This record gives sequence, structure tokens and C-alpha cells, in this order.
Amino acid sequence: MSKPENGIGAEALRPHAEDAFAHELKALAAADDRPRPTRWKLSPWAVATYLLGGTLDDGTVITPKYVGPRRIVEVAVTTLATDRALLLLGVPGTAKTWVSEHLAAAVSGDSTLLVQGTAGTPEEAIRYGWNYARLLAQGPSREALVPSPVMRAMADGMTARVEELTRIPADVQDTLITVLSEKTLPIPELGEEVQAVRGFNLIATANDRDRGVNELSSALRRRFNTVVLPLPATADAEVDIVARRVDQMGRALDLPAVPEGLEEIRRVVTVFRELRDGVTGDGRTKVKSPSGTLSTAEAISVVTNGLALAAHFGDGVLRPSDVAAGILGAVVRDPAADKVVWQEYLEAVVRERDGWKDFYRACREVTV
Amino acid sequence: MSTARQGPLLLGVRHHGPGSARAVRAALDEARPAAVLIEGPPEGDALLELAADPGMRPPVALLAHAADDPGRAAFWPLADFSPEWVAIRWAQEAGVPVRFMDLPAAHSLAAAGEPDPDRAESDAVRLDPLAVLAGTAGYDDPERWWEDVVEHRGTGGAGEEALGAFEALGEAMGALRETYGDGGHHRDLVREAYMRQRMRAARREFGDGYAVVCGAWHVPALRAKTTVAADKALLTGLAKVKVETTWVPWTHRRLARAGGYGAGITSPGWYAHLFSARDRPVERWLTKVAGLLREEDRQVSSAHVIEAVRLAETLAAMRGRPLPGLTETLESVRAVMCDGSDIPLALIEDRLVVGDVLGEVPDGAPVVPLQRDLTRQQRSLRLKAEAQERELELDLRKDTDAAKSLLLHRLRLLGIGWGTPTASRSSTGTFRETWRLRWEPELSVRVAEAGIWGTTVLAAATARAEADAAAAEELGEVTELAEKCLLAGLSEALPAVLRALADRAALDTDVARLAKALPALARSLRYGDVRGTDATALGAVAAGLAERICVALPPACAAGLDADAAAELRGHVDGVHAAVGLLADADDGLRERWSAVLRTLADRDTVPGVIRGRAARLLLDDGRLEAGETARLMGLALSPAAPPADAAGWIEGFAGGSSGGGTLLVHDDRLLGLIDTWLVGVPERAFTDVLPLLRRTFGAYEPGVKRTLGELVRRGPAASAQAARATGSAPEGFAPDLDPERADAVTELVRMLLASPDGVAAA
Repeated sequence: MSKPENGIGAEALRPHAEDAFAHELKALAAADDRPRPTRWKLSPWAVATYLLGGTLDDGTVITPKYVGPRRIVEVAVTTLATDRALLLLGVPGTAKTWVSEHLAAAVSGDSTLLVQGTAGTPEEAIRYGWNYARLLAQGPSREALVPSPVMRAMADGMTARVEELTRIPADVQDTLITVLSEKTLPIPELGEEVQAVRGFNLIATANDRDRGVNELSSALRRRFNTVVLPLPATADAEVDIVARRVDQMGRALDLPAVPEGLEEIRRVVTVFRELRDGVTGDGRTKVKSPSGTLSTAEAISVVTNGLALAAHFGDGVLRPSDVAAGILGAVVRDPAADKVVWQEYLEAVVRERDGWKDFYRACREVTV
Repeated sequence: MSTARQGPLLLGVRHHGPGSARAVRAALDEARPAAVLIEGPPEGDALLELAADPGMRPPVALLAHAADDPGRAAFWPLADFSPEWVAIRWAQEAGVPVRFMDLPAAHSLAAAGEPDPDRAESDAVRLDPLAVLAGTAGYDDPERWWEDVVEHRGTGGAGEEALGAFEALGEAMGALRETYGDGGHHRDLVREAYMRQRMRAARREFGDGYAVVCGAWHVPALRAKTTVAADKALLTGLAKVKVETTWVPWTHRRLARAGGYGAGITSPGWYAHLFSARDRPVERWLTKVAGLLREEDRQVSSAHVIEAVRLAETLAAMRGRPLPGLTETLESVRAVMCDGSDIPLALIEDRLVVGDVLGEVPDGAPVVPLQRDLTRQQRSLRLKAEAQERELELDLRKDTDAAKSLLLHRLRLLGIGWGTPTASRSSTGTFRETWRLRWEPELSVRVAEAGIWGTTVLAAATARAEADAAAAEELGEVTELAEKCLLAGLSEALPAVLRALADRAALDTDVARLAKALPALARSLRYGDVRGTDATALGAVAAGLAERICVALPPACAAGLDADAAAELRGHVDGVHAAVGLLADADDGLRERWSAVLRTLADRDTVPGVIRGRAARLLLDDGRLEAGETARLMGLALSPAAPPADAAGWIEGFAGGSSGGGTLLVHDDRLLGLIDTWLVGVPERAFTDVLPLLRRTFGAYEPGVKRTLGELVRRGPAASAQAARATGSAPEGFAPDLDPERADAVTELVRMLLASPDGVAAA
């Protein structure tokens, strides 16, 4: 690992996965006797164990990094082992980036070869750029060339990561096609090329509900195996995730802790899940789904918002009225269609539910 | 080496396991037994020769039913890849006798009130022997363990190896049964005693050179040394019924069904593929998948197939499996070919993993019990199947006639169009039905086809209705089905149909379709009363539907409709209003909410005039709109700023049609005055535009009303308006004070109308 080490490592505000879980990776490498693909730090089995958690024979406890279906992780790891590029799809808040970082850390021991996709990502970020001072002084040469993370990963046989692939403009996205199909990166200015060595692979993440961003071309799509990270499978798991994140964020924002909030959090999660799944929690009644994503991340923000309301303008207890407006905002994205969906849901589901009277009233108040 | 074997060849299998089927064939080829015994009811022995008939194509099921009660039945489904089927065909090709050896259906049908084919190796409630074996081997899923150890043995091994596998499995089962005894399968002890008796008979006939094909679970029990006397003791005193058997066509879908008579295997299509693929099952399977996806216009190239195969194999290797199973292949298909989406995957599950295969049975097979049940009902109802067309008048208040109606409606649901309902000539009451009956020869074929739905007309129609409800796509189809179910008295199918109805209604975004469905439902509720069917559930669904309409109607009406769409929607408003009136008895709140919706419609400017006017009128008729408020609304609608065409629409909605609008205008001269003033103020150019609409509105009035209106208008708006003003606060057409003399004149009549001796005085 020739990663630039600046000495702060574990003291960083947010240490890299390979630093934060260095001891687990080490223990896994020691215990791992299965065949490893070239330049992989661990065998596919050990990578899957690293993500899903477990206890090694020597007693080392591997904490689960990803809580979700086992098959998702297995397919993802296997994809990397078959030297196909991996595309992680999912709505916001489904741990795409988290999984991609940990996969790179476990496979290559380095999660920093990262291209962050934005609307302004240039081709240089994926191919290479130039050190212009050198270029002018010496003319085109390997020394004047500034390699991108992808190029470095190709040369060293490491795992490169591209975040938010669909935010990158379509023409820049297509730069990846050569990289993924030919596994080379030509440098016409020098008449050279960089060939990927064994062990190179690429993990991209993208949001599959954000319409309007740059759709992947089918040529590029063909070069990826796609794994969709699902939303939390059960209401309890989701309540747990929301409560934990809200607690963390509340502390960061210096909001007073609200222990009685769990009931409201459960309610928010229930509303989100029911509208998202198009069926009530008891599976008895179908409901229409609004156009918004209603992701776990949005549920978190609704609750945090409600907490702030309760703390600053209320009596500090999270009440239905604190979350009602937030829910309405998250659900009704398209004022015409979504409003019908929401009203139908209120009348057909919420009104009849025991113990939801206050919530129904609060929602009716804001829904006019 | 078979000489080393003691006793007969015992082949313990997993029912419907393609690997078992291959292994059975290999073992039989190797051992060449002189006879084959198969787990199944001996009553089916006579039908076994039909298995060799070229017209026989699995999947089929051996059906045994009580002769006097076709509803008590049991099925033994057999597919191409069922080891039992393979054994039957092997024996027939080799020309050796083949027989069923299980406990006769005569006993099992008599014993169980609820028939149970008892192939319950995978029954979760009882002990699952495979789960225990798989758990011991470190698998959490017994199906996968069995696949890895037995099914994925490629060719099933050469004969020698196949025999070894059966030997090993038998021993493992022996160990299990030592630990768990009968594992809760109490009836198994009796069945196994009977099987041993059959084996004794076979030994007397063929010596030890015969083979037995049965569920692996039974092998140790069949090998056990027991005395004839003990077995006989177990078998004495068993109840018995007269049983008839036949072959019926089966489908992959029914094999996949866990409940009822399904075999509970989730992937018959995949098993059929495994069984029929010569080599490279994974590659061939993924190529099939790619073919299906291409048919559905998804771009899938050979490169995709290659990558999918690689991914599936690597996944299998990582999971430590010898070959990719269904799980691995589907996961790789999802990741490589479907962009991680579950939607195309659902298609693959439906079309390939389960599959659309329908079996065939030769004509020589005995008639299906459904036909027998139909014949029985025809006889008891004195309803002869005649080729000549005739008309049948039914009075549903009579029991026999009601039963006839039920039978005919059920048959129609099953696609057996013996009777067609026609308009009654003499009477139109809801308790009368007229049918035109005609029995065409091909209807017998239809009956045979419908046999897969059940053994009695009632059961088959119920199953068919449930399946139709699940398959229906449009709300209208389900509403119609619900109506049919009520007509056919299929109360058991009703919950499934209503569920489908509620689901479709919840997802339907077109309020017009919802509104169209509601009156039909309200009608069904009335039928329910006539026929004594329980329709409470239906009422709840209808109320839910009305609720959704209440929410969705205002935005739909405000969405810039053209004249035709507005007119159509106006009709729906009327229909829903009537339906709500019928439903409101059960739910008072509904009437309130509907009124609120009408109020919104009447008030909102963006709603087309014809609907606004209609809503105002309906409110007025219900007494929910004050006369003054009505006049205000009309004044707004007819004010000069409103486009004339829209205003004419308002009048059409308010006063048009046969709903007594004319009489209303005759008696309320304020409203008439408003219309008159507006009409006079319509600009000349616009007048020709609104004329047809006005003509339609006023032309439909009765002649007397028309004449009175004409006279009122001729008298002049000013005069009547002044008169109205002069009367002060009194309602139009009334003097401010009571005129006792004139009032006395009508009290007698009102008393008669109210049929109360003293009510009028209070009024």
C-alpha cells in the first residue's frame, strides 16, 4: 500500500474503512486459507464475511458492516471476482457508498481511489490530466501526466470507485466504456496506453430513483453487473436505523434528547413504508404510491426536523403535529397526483387506525 | 454386483426430483428387475396401461375419488421428471409388470374427512427428514442439500453409482427413523404395513428380483423385518369407501401450488429443464432465459449469457456448491441481464421456473368426476341436456328454480355455455330469470377441461372464480366477476374476489372507472338481498370504493375536461349519487362526505358547468342547499363573466333531463327569472352556440310543464320578481302568513298521505 499517509489515520474525523477496521482485516487475512484472486487481499469468502460479520476461529469478532440480505453481498463480491464491474443501485439511504467503500477496503486494502461524480466531473477525473507547468517546460511526458484514480487502480491492479455515476455527464460516463471493455486507457498524446493489470476492478454507485439525471447508456450498462440495495426489509429494522441516525444527528445539532420520540418515529416509518410498498403493514389494504422516493434518509430528516420543532417551539416532546408537516412535504412532491394519494391514504388508512386520532387530526390540519 | 444385495431393490426417492428420476432410471437399467412396485393407490393399477398411450402427456395426475361424493378426492400428480413416472415408463418399455403398492385410496379417503394424498415429506408441521439430514450436513435449506447431493449428480452416475447413492440414502434415513420413530406421520405406519404386504405378494410372484420406488422416508420401514401377523393387525378394521379412479390433465402451475393438491415444488419448470437437458444444464438454462427476455424486447446478447454463466458458477463456488442451482442462476440473471430489477425476474419465475405446461390425457381415460357431478345435478333438478334449444323461465323464490339458476350461472363461470340468460318476456322483477338452453356436443369437452378446477361444479366454479380474480387486470372485470359470484352463489370465492376488487380499486387512478364500478356493486348488493347471499363484505368494499371516489372526484372534474368528458363524468356523478344513497344506510358518514364532495364540485370554478349544475341540483334535492344559496350559485354560473357555453351547460346539469327540472322552475320563479335574465343577456353570436344545448335541456320537458313555463316567462320576469320581493321573507309561492281556511282544505288529504291519525296537528 503506497497510500499517502499523513499521520492522522484513526484520529481523522472520519477514518477510512481500511484504517477503522484494520484489525478485523488483519485477523481475516490471517485466518483466510481459501484461494484469493490475483492481488486480492482476501478471498471472496473472507470479503463477504468482512461485510456481513461473524466470528473467526481465533475468536476475533467481525462486526457486520452491512445489515441486509446475504445474497446481495455474495453477488457483489462474486461480481468483483469475475472481473466484471459492479454497479450498486438504490434509493438514498441504502448504504451504497458504505458498501462500496468497505468492498474496496477488503478487496484491495484501499478505499481511496475514488472519483466523486458530479454534474461538473470532467473526463480528466476518469482518464488523466496534465501538470501544465511541466507540460509547457518539458513537453508531453509520463512525468507531466497526472493520473486519475481510475488510471492508478488500473496500473496497480486495485479497486477504483466511482460515486454517483448517474450525475456524471453522459459523454464523460462513456469514457468508462473503453476502460471496462478493453481494460486499457490509451494516452494518444504520448502514443502509449495504460493496461489494467489483474486485480483491477471498478465499483460504481448510482441512485435509481433520481430521474432527470444522466441515464446510463446501454453500452455502459452492459459492462456492469447490477446489484440493487433494497430498503430495510422490516419496519423494526428501519425504525432502528432511523432512531440511531436521528440520535447521532440530534447530538451533532445539540438538540435535547427526546426519549419518548420512539412512538412518533415508528409512525413516520410506518407511513413511509406503507406508501412506498403500496400496501398497509398488515398486508390487508393496498394504497397508491406517491411519486417521491420516501427513502429512509427522508424519514430521518422528517424526524430530525420534528425534533427541532419540538425542542425549539414545543415542550420538547415529539408530537404528531411536529412530524405531520414534514411527512406531507416528503409525500406530496407532485401537487396534483400526490395530494390525491395522500388524502386517500389519510381517509382510508389513517382515519380508521387505533391510536392515530391525533396524527390524523394533525395531518388534516396541514393538508388543505 | 447386484448379487451382493439382499432382498428387493429399494429405490428411495424425493417425489418430483429430476435427479432422483435420472438415478431411478440408471438403477433400473442396471438391475433390470422383473417387476416394479410404485408408491400410489392400487386402485390405479388398471389405469397404468394408459400411461403408455401416445395421447398421454405429463404432467398428469392420478385422481381417486369417492364414487358417491366426487368432492372427496385425492390426486397423485406425476410430471415427466417424477421418479415414479420414469419407473412406470421404464417398466412398460421393458415389458415387466408395474403396480401401485400404497394403501388403497378406499381406506385413505374413508379415513380422512379431509383428503390428504400424504406426500408430506416437506410438510413443515411434521418432522421433515430431509431438513434434519441437510442440517447435519451444514445446509440451512433442505431443498438445496438434496439438490447438491442427489439432483445435481449430472447423469445420475452410471448404474453402479446410482445404486450406491440409493443405498447410502436408505441408510441415512434408517438412522433418522431410529432416532425419530414415525416422526409424527402416524398414518405412515399403516401405509407401510400395507406396502410390506404388497411386497410379500410380489416376492411370492417374482422372488427377490423386483424393484420398489417410494419416498426415501419409507425405505427403512420397508426393509424392516416385521411379522405378517403384526402388519395384518395394523390393517384390520380400516374404514372403506367405494372409489373410482381416472387420469386428469395437470399443469406445472398446480404442481407448484403448495396447498390443496399441489405437489408443493416451487420450480417445476426448472426441474423439467434439469431432467431434459442432455448436458450443460446451466448454460442451456441461461440461454433459455435470454431467449425469453429477448421475446419481451429486452436487449440480451450472448455476452450477457456468458457473463451470467460465469457469475453463477463463481457464486456456486463461493458458496461451496458443486453446480449452480436455481438460486445462483436467478441471482446472476438479475445482476447481469435485468439491471438488478425484480420485474423481469418475476416474468422468468412465472414463465420458466414454473412454466405454462399443460398435460394431456387420452380419450380412453374414464370420465372426470365433474361430469359425474353435473349429471347427478341435472338428474336431481330435472334439467335434461338437450341439443334442441329451449327457453326456461325461473322464479328464484322457488327452491328448485333457484338451484337451477345457481347451476347454470356456475357452469357459465366455468366456460360451459349451456344456458344463456336472456331478457324476460313476461316480467322484469329481480326474482325472475329467463334462460335459453342448448347442449352442444363440444360442451362435454369443456366439462372435461374444467375438470382441472375441481371435482364438483361448486368447487370447480369457486376455484375458477378465485383464479380469474387473481388474473384480472381491470377493475371492471373484477366487479363483473363479483356480480357473477353472487349470481352463482359462490360465497366461498367471494372473499378472494372482493380482495382483488379492493386491490384493483386502490390502484386504479381513473376515477371514471371507479365510478363505473360502484353502481354495479350497489346493484349486486340488491341481488344479494334477493338471493339471500351474505353481502356484508361486499357492502364494506363498496363503501371503500365510494370513499376513494369522494377523494379523487374533485381533482378529476377540475382537470380541464372537454364537453364529452364532462358529460360522461356528469353521468358518473349521478350514478355514484344513486349508489351512495343505497350504501348510506350502512354508513352515515358516507352520505355526509359525498355531500361535501358535491358542495366542492358546485362551488369550484374550474369544474365544467354541467357538473357544477348537476351537483347543485343533487344537493338541492337532498335538502342540503338552501333556496337562497341555490339562487346565488345559479347567479354566479349565469353571470355575464361566465362563458355562455359553460352557463348553458350549468342549466343542462341543473335543470336538464327527465329529473323534474321543469317542475322546479315552474315553482321557483326566482330561478326561472335568473335563467330568463341570463338568456336575454346572451350576445347574439353566442346564442346560436348555446341554442342546441338549451333545446336539449328544455325540449325534454313534458308538454304541460313547457306550456306553464312559457306562460310564466310571457308574464315577464319583472312582475314575478316584484311579486317575490313583495312577499318579504316567505318562501317563493307562499304568503307571509298562514291562511287557515285554505290550509284546512288540505289537512285531510295530508293526513291520509301520512296514514297517521293525529300527526298533522303537530305538524
